[in-house]
Amino acid sequence: MSIKVYVPRDTTTLSLGGNKVASAIVKEAEARGEDVQLIRNGSRGVFWLEPMVEVETDQGRVAYGPVEARDVTGLFDADFLAGSDAHSLALGKPEELPYLKKQQRLTFARAGITDPVSIEDYKALDGFKGLEKSLQLNGQAIVDEVKTSGLRGRGGAAFPTGIKWQTVHDCPPDQKYIVCNADEGDSGTFADRMVMEADPFMLIEGMIIAGLAVGSTQGYIYLRSEYPVAHEILNEAIGKAYDAGYLGQTILGSDKAFDLEVRLGAAAYICGEETSLLESLEGKRGLVRFKPPLPAIEGLFGKPTVVNNVLSLAAIPYIMAEGGQSYADYGMGRSRGTLPFQLAGNIQQGGLIELAFGPTLRQLIDDFGGGTASGKPMRAIQVGGPLGAYLPESQWDTPLDYEAFAAIEAVLGHGGIVIFDETVDMTEQARFSMEFCVEESCGKCTPCRIGSTRGVEVIDKIRTGVNVEANLTLLDDLCDTMIHGSLCAMGGMTPFPVQSAFKHFPEDIDLAIAKSTSAEVH
Amino acid sequence: MTNRAQWNSQQVEQVIASLKNSPGALLPILHGIQDTQGFVPPDSVPMIADALNQTSAEIHGVISFYHHFRTSPSGQNVLQICRAEACQARGSRELEEHVKTKLRVDYHATTLDQEFTLEPVYCLGNCACGPSIRVNDEIVGRVTNDKFDDLVDELTTVELGIMSLNSVASEKQS
Repeated sequence: MSIKVYVPRDTTTLSLGGNKVASAIVKEAEARGEDVQLIRNGSRGVFWLEPMVEVETDQGRVAYGPVEARDVTGLFDADFLAGSDAHSLALGKPEELPYLKKQQRLTFARAGITDPVSIEDYKALDGFKGLEKSLQLNGQAIVDEVKTSGLRGRGGAAFPTGIKWQTVHDCPPDQKYIVCNADEGDSGTFADRMVMEADPFMLIEGMIIAGLAVGSTQGYIYLRSEYPVAHEILNEAIGKAYDAGYLGQTILGSDKAFDLEVRLGAAAYICGEETSLLESLEGKRGLVRFKPPLPAIEGLFGKPTVVNNVLSLAAIPYIMAEGGQSYADYGMGRSRGTLPFQLAGNIQQGGLIELAFGPTLRQLIDDFGGGTASGKPMRAIQVGGPLGAYLPESQWDTPLDYEAFAAIEAVLGHGGIVIFDETVDMTEQARFSMEFCVEESCGKCTPCRIGSTRGVEVIDKIRTGVNVEANLTLLDDLCDTMIHGSLCAMGGMTPFPVQSAFKHFPEDIDLAIAKSTSAEVH
Repeated sequence: MTNRAQWNSQQVEQVIASLKNSPGALLPILHGIQDTQGFVPPDSVPMIADALNQTSAEIHGVISFYHHFRTSPSGQNVLQICRAEACQARGSRELEEHVKTKLRVDYHATTLDQEFTLEPVYCLGNCACGPSIRVNDEIVGRVTNDKFDDLVDELTTVELGIMSLNSVASEKQS
C-alpha cells in the first residue's frame, strides 16, 4: 500500500519553495522504490513551519517542517515515511502542536487536513451537512438560525449578517444575488485566502445556503487579481461542485438552483468596499455609491443583493450544521463566535489563529507570536489593515472585541495584526497611510481624493521640521475633515493610523526632523 | 520592440464575442484581452465599445481606473514588490531600493533589455512571510537582496547575465 505524503499547495507554502519540496519527494521516492502518494493539501496556517510536510502513519499524521528541498534526502534517510522522529525537523503530530492545540477552530477545522479540491475529503469531515439541513428548511428558518448565531460581518464593518439576509429575504421575489467579497486587500490579512486555498467547498456551501435563505439563484465571488493560487483552486472546486450536483439547476436533486462564478478584480483596493465592488462587477470604474439605497435592496444590477465577506459566508456551514446557538456560545459581549486572527509583519511565528473573541492582544502575541522575527523589541502593532490604528504597548491589554477596540479609537477590522519592531519610524508609517489613500482613493469625494494628497504634503513638512506646531494643527484639521466628510471608510478611516501614529509616538517627530537635517548637511 | 507591440485582432474579436453577453462583461473582456495579448491595445477599445454598446471614453475610463490593466506591452517578466505595511515591517523599503538599483528602473517602467517590468503591489496576502514579491504568477516570500539577485539571474537570458556582470564590475571599479 502506498504511503500518503502531504505537501500544501497554498500561496505561502509555494512562496517558500513548496513545489520544489514536492517534486524532490517524488523523485527521491522513485529512486528508492518507495510507493508514495503525494497529496497537495491546504495549509494549516502555521506559516512559520511551512513548507510543512506530513506523512500518514498507523498512529495518524506526523509532521516535519519547515522543509526545504535540500532536506528531502535526509528525511528519507531518517525514515520519515514511517513517521520517525529521528530528523531534526520532526514536529510530531500536527494537531498536537501547541500553536494549533490552543486554537478554537470552527471555520478552519478542516484547513490543512484535507485536499482542498476533494469533495470526498470535505464530506468525510462534516462537509455539506449544513447544506443538507438547510435544504429541509424554508428561507426564514435559515435566516433565523444565522441571527441566533450572532454572526457579524467579518470583512471589518461587523454588521449583523442575519439582519442583512433578512432585508434581502424580505424583498419581493426577483433576480437576487449573493456576492462574496474576496477582495482581501488589507495588509496583514490572509484568512480569506486560506479559506479559498485550503477549504473552498466551505465557501461554496456557505454561498449556496445564503442563496436558499434569501431566494437567490446566482452567486459571484469577486476575487482580487493578486491571488492567482486561490483563483486556480476556487475554479477547480467550483467545477467539481457542479459535477457532483451541488451547484446548478437542481441542487442535490431538489428543485432549488444556484449558479456560481468567480470574477476577477483588477488591483484596486477600493473595490473591497461593497458598493465599489458592485460597480466593478457591473463592469464599471470602482466608484463608491451613495447609501441609501442599501445594496440589500438595490445592489448588483439594481437588484437585492447580499454582499458578504469570505469569512462570514465560510462561517455559515458550521452554524447550519451545529446550530446558531453553538456558534454564539463562543465569544464575548456582542462579538459572538470566533475570529481568525492573522499574525503578520515582524513576527517569529506568523500564521492564522482562530479564537473566540475575548483574549487581549497581548495574550495573543505572547501565546503564539514567539517574539519578533528580527529579535528586537516590539514597538507598534497595527490591527485591522491599512485603515486601522497603530497601538502602542499601553494599549496591548485591550480585549480582542469589536466594541473594546472601538472604545480606544481602533478597529479589529478583518483581524489582521501587523507587528513592528523598535526600528520603525512612525512618522514614515503615517505618511504611508496617506500615500496609500492617494494611490487607492476612487476619487469620487473630495475629502478623500484631495485630503490624502494634502495629508502627504503636510506630513512631509512636519517630518522636515517646517512649522511643526502649525502643521500638526493643520493635520488634525485635515483628518477631521476626512473622517466626517468622506463618503466611505477609505477616506473616513485613513486618519486612524495617521493620528494614532502621531498621538502615541510623538517622539518620532523629532527623530525624523533630526534625520532630515543631518541628511541635508551631508 | 515594435514587434512586441503587435497584437492579434482576431483573437481579441474572439475574446469579446465569447464574453460580451455575460452580465457585467467588461472586466472579464479586459482580462481576456490582457491575458492573451499581454496588454489591452488602445486600438481594441473601439471594438470593445462597439460590442458593449458603450462609448470608447467609458471603456477607457474603466481601463485607466484599475492598476492591473496596461495599455502597452510589459517586459518578459512582470515583477511586483509588495509595498504594504506587513512587508514594510520586514524590510520591504530596503528591498525596494535594492531592486530599483539592481534593475536600474523605477516603478511602472521596463528595463532597457525588456526583461523586467517593475510594479508596486499592495499586499499579496503572504504577510506572515514577508517581504514578498510576485514574479508573473508566482509569489516569493522572505525575499532578501541575495535571494532577489539569484531570482533575477535565474530569469535573465544569458546575454543579460553578461551585461549585468559587466555593469557590476564597472560599478566596482568606479
